[in-house]
Amino acid sequence: MESGVVILIGLFFTVAVYLMLSKQLVRILLGIAILGNAVNMLIFTNGRLTREVPPLIPENLYTPATATANPLPQALVLTAIVISFSFFAFLLVLAFRAYQELGTDEVNSMRIAEPEHDQNPPQGY
Amino acid sequence: MAGSSVSVDLSQAMATAPVAAGDWLVVAPSLITMLGGALCLMLRKNTDLQPKLGIAFLGALVLASLTLLVRVLDHGVITMVMGSWLPPFGIAFTVDALGATLSFIGSIVAFCGGLFGAASVDSTGRRYGFYPFLLLLMTGVCGAFLTGDVFNLYVWFEVLLISSYGLLVLGNDRIQLDGAVKYGVLNLVGTNLFLIATGLLYGIFGTLNMADISLKVAALDNPASGTLATVAALYFLAFAMKAAAFPVNFWLPASYHTPNVVVSAVFAGLLTKVGVYALIRVFVLILPASRDHLADLIALVAIVTLITGAIGALAQSEVRRLLGYVVIAGIGSMLAGVAVGSTLAISGAIFYAVHSIVVMTALYMAAGVMHMLGGSYDLRKLGGLYRKNVAFAGVFLVLGFAVSGLPPFSGFWPKIMLVDAAFRDDELRFGTALGAAILVSGFLTTLAMGRVWIFAFWRGGPEGTPDGQTADAVEVEAPQLSGGAVWLPLGILTALVVYFGLQPEWMIELATQGASGVDQPFGYQRSVFGEQG
Repeated sequence: MESGVVILIGLFFTVAVYLMLSKQLVRILLGIAILGNAVNMLIFTNGRLTREVPPLIPENLYTPATATANPLPQALVLTAIVISFSFFAFLLVLAFRAYQELGTDEVNSMRIAEPEHDQNPPQGY
Repeated sequence: MAGSSVSVDLSQAMATAPVAAGDWLVVAPSLITMLGGALCLMLRKNTDLQPKLGIAFLGALVLASLTLLVRVLDHGVITMVMGSWLPPFGIAFTVDALGATLSFIGSIVAFCGGLFGAASVDSTGRRYGFYPFLLLLMTGVCGAFLTGDVFNLYVWFEVLLISSYGLLVLGNDRIQLDGAVKYGVLNLVGTNLFLIATGLLYGIFGTLNMADISLKVAALDNPASGTLATVAALYFLAFAMKAAAFPVNFWLPASYHTPNVVVSAVFAGLLTKVGVYALIRVFVLILPASRDHLADLIALVAIVTLITGAIGALAQSEVRRLLGYVVIAGIGSMLAGVAVGSTLAISGAIFYAVHSIVVMTALYMAAGVMHMLGGSYDLRKLGGLYRKNVAFAGVFLVLGFAVSGLPPFSGFWPKIMLVDAAFRDDELRFGTALGAAILVSGFLTTLAMGRVWIFAFWRGGPEGTPDGQTADAVEVEAPQLSGGAVWLPLGILTALVVYFGLQPEWMIELATQGASGVDQPFGYQRSVFGEQG
């Protein structure tokens, strides 16, 4: 089962990198969203996939009776989902504001901070 | 194991002894700033109270991290586990000399930033949360310096990143939005790479505790091969991105000159150094074999970063953009220390990080003061500042000498240590070139800083003023700053620069202790696992 998921993760990374290499900010953001999901699946798979054995300890026992699914990656992924979701929300608003103010969503024409035809620095003393 | 026995020995999985009162200091820096951030957020409409409250909390942070540093030096490495779960199960905060030193110096810089912000952030900026963001930024920075868990380190990175986004767009100018887009996207990709590497590391070892991983890596037959090589390369890329090393540094000069000057100052002091800290932590403590494996690559990156940073600084005429490139050149010096990897080199890198935190913050603040006095950030429009304020001209000269590595200021000693270590290293292919690059970069930085001083201070007026005559600036921008509150933080930081230059012994001692703490991590591992570890 892991191999299938690994191929899927690879596919996700491919799509994410492809989108992030584009010049449109919206596409880059979509790439980041997919990258976040790819990373989450990667962490989840790294905890090893186990089917149908939730990490529950039966009554009267203090340790699980059989091998169970690894609960830690789920906690890690939960943290990462929250973080990547909030960052995505922030970047979405930022990109919208940048589009409003700069009038473009093409990154190559965003040259306010680093003007294209900068004067040379002073040459003599 | 799976019996029906009723009595369970909790001491196998949990810390049963209560935490020693002094050890609570381990979480104090993060707690104080989180509390202060929350309080300032609630009082964000009270713009008069905010600076006082924020500065008080930052002062408490300085005290707490100083006490923590003293305690670490007295007692050795301190570990505190969250929720009493023993490592490697629980998240551990492990503080050694390296983390405590950087957290202390970082706190001083943040305190000075808070003082400076009282003058440079107007009431609108305060209402939109300058102080809460600054305090929460410090939560992330201190947490990153003090934690002993890789995933937790990632979380602190994100805490400081989201606060830095807030600070960066504070004011909502067009130029800030432009800078923030580039900063935001590239830094998020960097932290995602960090997370990928951490996920893979967890997949290999099944643990996230740094001490535990370092023990497991040391037990491997061939610790630099296979998946671990991929993990190490990913970590290097991620931290190089955070630290702004060439060729993944272009977000820094694109964004650091856009926000309020005090925000630039705090960013230039702290953010890239957290990346360098993480690089030292991961490559010297956890994956030493991978550091040996990648040493040539790191050295090459360091050389190119050193030279391109300094040349970039020479090509700029906007003071803040120029300083952005100087930050990058400094990162090259610290990477050089990681590339060489001996205790001397690592302690040089740590000392350089301390120096760079202080001096870069001071320089950005000085740029703000230049704008206040001369009405511009542009070298073409500046001039005659020496006439306006002689003492400030002296301060800037001291800072310029320090950042170029000239004696007798703070940049001189770490550069000596780094160059010495690089020339001594026989294993590194580029050892000699690395030492030479540090020296050349220092020379080019001297030229760049000398140009700033000549144009802005020495020249009688803006570009075109004849020799020997004085003139005032033609067009003066609205000042971002006013009042005398800017001199105290600038003075504190300059005094530190001079002090580290004249009395380097204790900082060298501290840096050496920090370096040997990650180089020979027995104390670190013993602190986490107790005597049997």
